[in-house]
Amino acid sequence: MWSNFFTTASIVTVLASAIRFATPFLLAALGETVGQRAGVLNLGVEGVMLGGAFTAYYVRLNPSGWWWAGGIGTAIIAALVVGLVMGLLYAWMTLVMHAEQGISGIGVFLFGLGATDLLFQKQVGVSLPIQPLSVWRVPLLGDIPHVGDVFFNQSPLVYAAYVLVPVITIMITRTTFGLNIRAVGETPEAADTLGVSVNLVRLGAILIGNSLAALAGAALVFNTNTFQQNLTAGQGFIAVALVYFGAWRPAGVMAGALLFGLVSSTVLQLKTLGIVSGAASALTAMAPAILTIAVLVIVSRRIGAPAALTKHFDRNA
Amino acid sequence: MTMTKKPRMALLALLAVFTLIATACGGSDSDTTEASGDATSTGPLKVGIIAPSASNDLAFSQSMVDAVNAVAGDRELEIAITDGTFIVEDAAAAIRGYADDGFDLVIAHGSQYGGPLQEIAPDFPDVAFAWGTAVDTFGLPNVSAYTVRADEGGYVNGTLAAQLTESGVIGVVGPIEVGDAKLYVDGFVAGAAAQDSDVTVNVNYIESFSDVALASEAATAHIANGADVLTGTAQMVVGATGVAGPAGAKWFGTQSNQTPLGPDFVVASQVYHWEVVLVDMMTAIDAGNFGGEVYTLTLANGGLEIEFNDGAGADPAVVAGAQATIDGIIDGSIKTDAG
Amino acid sequence: MTDLEIRAETPEIASNDSTEGSGRMLRALAGLAVPVGAVVGALLVGAIMLWALDASPFEGYKALFAGAFGGPDELADTAIKSMPLLLVGVGICIAFRAGVINIGGEGQIVAGAILSTLMALALPDVPRILLVPLVLMAGALGGAIWGAIPGALKAYANVNEILSTIMMNIVAAQFLSFLLQDLLIEEGAIKIQQTKRLSENSHLPLLPGGTRLHLGVLIAVLVAVLGYFLLFRSALGVRLRAVGHNPHASRYAGMPVNRSIVQALALSGACAGIAGAVLVFGSESHRLIGEGGASGFTQSAGFNGIVAALFGGLHPIATIPASFLFGGLLKGGIDLQQAVQVPAALIVALNGVVVIFVVSSLKLQTRIRDWADKQRRPKEASRVE
Repeated sequence: MWSNFFTTASIVTVLASAIRFATPFLLAALGETVGQRAGVLNLGVEGVMLGGAFTAYYVRLNPSGWWWAGGIGTAIIAALVVGLVMGLLYAWMTLVMHAEQGISGIGVFLFGLGATDLLFQKQVGVSLPIQPLSVWRVPLLGDIPHVGDVFFNQSPLVYAAYVLVPVITIMITRTTFGLNIRAVGETPEAADTLGVSVNLVRLGAILIGNSLAALAGAALVFNTNTFQQNLTAGQGFIAVALVYFGAWRPAGVMAGALLFGLVSSTVLQLKTLGIVSGAASALTAMAPAILTIAVLVIVSRRIGAPAALTKHFDRNA
Repeated sequence: MTMTKKPRMALLALLAVFTLIATACGGSDSDTTEASGDATSTGPLKVGIIAPSASNDLAFSQSMVDAVNAVAGDRELEIAITDGTFIVEDAAAAIRGYADDGFDLVIAHGSQYGGPLQEIAPDFPDVAFAWGTAVDTFGLPNVSAYTVRADEGGYVNGTLAAQLTESGVIGVVGPIEVGDAKLYVDGFVAGAAAQDSDVTVNVNYIESFSDVALASEAATAHIANGADVLTGTAQMVVGATGVAGPAGAKWFGTQSNQTPLGPDFVVASQVYHWEVVLVDMMTAIDAGNFGGEVYTLTLANGGLEIEFNDGAGADPAVVAGAQATIDGIIDGSIKTDAG
Repeated sequence: MTDLEIRAETPEIASNDSTEGSGRMLRALAGLAVPVGAVVGALLVGAIMLWALDASPFEGYKALFAGAFGGPDELADTAIKSMPLLLVGVGICIAFRAGVINIGGEGQIVAGAILSTLMALALPDVPRILLVPLVLMAGALGGAIWGAIPGALKAYANVNEILSTIMMNIVAAQFLSFLLQDLLIEEGAIKIQQTKRLSENSHLPLLPGGTRLHLGVLIAVLVAVLGYFLLFRSALGVRLRAVGHNPHASRYAGMPVNRSIVQALALSGACAGIAGAVLVFGSESHRLIGEGGASGFTQSAGFNGIVAALFGGLHPIATIPASFLFGGLLKGGIDLQQAVQVPAALIVALNGVVVIFVVSSLKLQTRIRDWADKQRRPKEASRVE
């Protein structure tokens, strides 16, 4: 039985599935990382993911027959727009009204959950499938035996997510904007004296964060080719948790997402092959969560949170 | 900063304001008339449905809503629906609410609702309650239970799947191994094995009724392991059908007609026709008998129907042969070994 | 630490000796106008949503208010709905004031429910006067353990508590699903993920008055009072709040910071665990029902309790009316849904809108009150929080 698991084909399946399954987590967690580096905690990622997911689904499905809708590109752009709008809402709540960041996100989550549920029920009704996003085989690299099947035979959104990891790392560490983000996340008062507009930088970070969360929702829709109420089923919260796993570094966040995805797909393969069944099946469902904690305990790092995380900045205070 | 005593006052003041508004509004229309009483009186039968997921989920909840609407085509009904009630205590409140409002038949459509129903039903002896998927009426005269031999249709689907698979591997995406889901999967596996013992059926219970993404990955895993025919049950299967079609796999559905999920590749669905038992229930209510029965949907009584999708391009001979299996189950010559 | 620490001040400092007569009235009115305005604003948005769904906002809101506060039965049901919010909320007050963000309420409720159910299954014949406290204590213990684990992970392994509590929620929910499929499931022809009906001796007694109000509500209020005394009138509370306010200074001053973090999360978990026990033994069904998912049992009180606590300014006593009002919204929402037959999802969205509006308005409330202060006493304009 276990010998079935350790065949090449089986391992390739598990690894490819892990990379694909981790993509929505990764995108949302990258966005949250940017926001948190700037000092803003957003627990409403799940709501934004749902907003982006439903938008991407609806535009792709195009039940209303709009002339401009139906394509993948428009679906993704529409999702990003919705992410921006929700980001603007969150920015207003956080930067203008100074809402408590611990629970303002929960409000966004509840609203996103209920609103997308309602819109789906009223505008679509049935979980009709959408046309899938074709897998794009990377030339040359995709032909490498086995390795190519795992890494270079995925959908474009998956590639985009992993390419974003170095992109965001470079943005945070080597651009002025990134420097400003880190500054307002650690010592907003000092940044302010140096002429950096704290709220403007945070606004940018929030917009990036929410757009990526919406993109994560779109990625989820294109992984499943469908939509249903509460499609995300807790993935947004897991994404927030992964930010801490990754110690606010995109590479670390990617490692966390991949770990979570790998454990999930391993369990899935074990169950598919019948190696795990019955009561054990119910217990293995806990494995991704437990292992994520366990790995973090083992690899415990001393990198701390951005010092100004969740602290509001008021120049007049 | 002073966020402590003053918010308390503010909150108490808010409470006072709300109570004032409420007493002004309350006590009028949401109040009870007496519990329904005369069920044989003229006027439409008032039916309240409480369901755990959305009424258009193409699965469990929809099957009951569709059934009640089907019955409404033949007799006058006043229908109210409380869907999305996955919180059991809220369902209890809804059950009580419908009973208080003089509904004649309250359908608690969810296995989790039995616990509270057992406590509530005795308070309303003139209201008929029904719940499912279950077989326990608690010995109460106004509680009916309804269940479904999902294994029968599962068996038929299994025999069909075993014939239609070219790779010899079939995949099942299940939620949690309970209720009618377990019955369906057990029947399916038995049917496939009976049809062709060389076929491999891989079963994966993903441990959730609602995780669509996990269902998609489970289906993909099945396909990656060689499956070209898939089936599954519960509302998260939309994730499985979403990836099955593009991968060229065929799908067998259950609970509702799932052709809309895959007009090209859904071969057949076992459809629950609760209206068969609803009609019996309502006839009994008309005669003043509010419960005590256990109703079962079977192929024999028409409560289960295998609805084929012509657009799936399955071999017509195979499809026609299904009728023989169905007949065999109905006359008892074929046993599904489950349920 | 978090912005929450600014709110984490003792009520002694809070009293404002500058108010007198009309000044106090202006201040109170200003303080009141904001949350009321926020709720009204949220309900307006809700009215738009109702109208878009072809439902009458008037009928809907009439049903909501009547269903939440319209009579003794309704008030009792609202109180029952608020009870887990209050319990979790008190725990949140303790945790957040100690500087720990506890998002693990869901899992702690489940852990408490499991342990208390095991207690009731093990000792069904113990007389009620003993069994009820026993199951409640078992619930507290279960929740405490489930909170202590992330606490220890944070204190001794530097694992961020937001991560660990979110993960522990998943573990608890899946463990509950496992237990109810296998070890604890009631025997029957159809498998349903629930226990059998638990012993009569473990049911929380009903309170007099003819409503469904049961002892759990009193217990919740008692826990709130105890929580207040613990936080503000005990040495442990002083230590927890000091650690929350400034962990580095506390450590430098020789306080056992690590132990305090574990204690804070354990206490917070214990409160949620009691909520779990009360949800089982005060339920209509007198069973632990996990069919359809853990949130069908917990009612998402693990999250809603956070909202209630923050509405109450992280003060255990203020959390009582805050939970009651939020519970009213949740309870009345069910009546709204039934009255105008909109999908239940509208209520979820409405709750979200209310949270958004109210939480956005809280700082405004402070600013307006400061403005009210300044109107009376221009010389004391620098009354900063």
